[in-house]
Amino acid sequence: MASLRTTSRLFAASRPLFRPAAFARSYATVEATKNVDPIPSENPSMKTFKVYRWNPDTPSEKPTMESYQLDLKKTGPMMLDALIRIKNEIDPTLTFRRSCREGICGSCAMNIDGVNTLACLCRIPTDTASESRIYPLPHTYVVKDLVPDLTLFYKQYKSIKPYLQNDTPTADGLENRQSPEDRKKLDGLYECILCACCSTSCPSYWWNSEEYLGPAILLQSYRWLIDSRDEKTAERKAALDNSMSVYRCHTILNCTRTCPKGLNPGRAIAETKKILAA
Amino acid sequence: MAKLSGLQREVLSLYRQCFREIRKKPIESRNNFKNYARAEFQKHLSVSKKDFSTIEYLLRKGQRQLEMYASPGTRNIR
Repeated sequence: MASLRTTSRLFAASRPLFRPAAFARSYATVEATKNVDPIPSENPSMKTFKVYRWNPDTPSEKPTMESYQLDLKKTGPMMLDALIRIKNEIDPTLTFRRSCREGICGSCAMNIDGVNTLACLCRIPTDTASESRIYPLPHTYVVKDLVPDLTLFYKQYKSIKPYLQNDTPTADGLENRQSPEDRKKLDGLYECILCACCSTSCPSYWWNSEEYLGPAILLQSYRWLIDSRDEKTAERKAALDNSMSVYRCHTILNCTRTCPKGLNPGRAIAETKKILAA
Repeated sequence: MAKLSGLQREVLSLYRQCFREIRKKPIESRNNFKNYARAEFQKHLSVSKKDFSTIEYLLRKGQRQLEMYASPGTRNIR
């Protein structure tokens, strides 16, 4: 009985040996039709996506634009769907950040057809004649493919102390309360998800990113400046009151035009300037 | 010795910074750190002198690595 079982197990083990040949054959056909949708539908509408590629493991190779063809009838409506399909079905080496796929996390910020936006909120243009070009956020160091290095951005965010500074205990020892009117002032500010689309679209930020804070961070700093519960308003104002932090904003308003959440960092900066001048 | 370019001086200064940081490490692991730092530089000896973008990228990468390994929590390296 025992010997019987071993032979049957041997059989089972030997069966997969036949498979690699079939695998190799199917792989060869995949190679032949490189970067094209492997399973298009009947009368497909094929669109070309040109994607920025750069691999840090081979740093002396220059960045390239790689084109992929997808059948739009098999792809979801958003750019992120297309990228995920490319990664799953055509080229698993494509690298990008994504998480919530609904415009809440800000991970998939990238430059699509010349506009900084979130891939998950950007519809694929249905015009199949023209190609879509996808780049990482402009003027950022690239980590790989579409992944930008946001270290400086986060460092600047940390520098404005983005938390409530209030040392007086409340009367009842519970949370710091706020009137509905004071809360209303924060509308249009608290929705910012720090995707860095606006900062990386700002020419002033391109040239002075070391010292100028950039629209995203200034919008956040304004949000804490006007918070009725915050007690360190004077310190916050003093920290901004120099020629670089705020005043490199020349109201180009690329930030407001590009914001995928429809916010207005330009207005927040203008209000900050008014507060500083008062 | 020929006058060095700005980029060359940056590379040398990164190399020196590495070795200055190594002196702050525990004496028994210093050799490991030294070998590692040298190996990291030697990996890219073949990069062309004129390939500025690559050298600049490697400098940034090196700076990041140095920052990480210089933290006092890192006591040894293999």
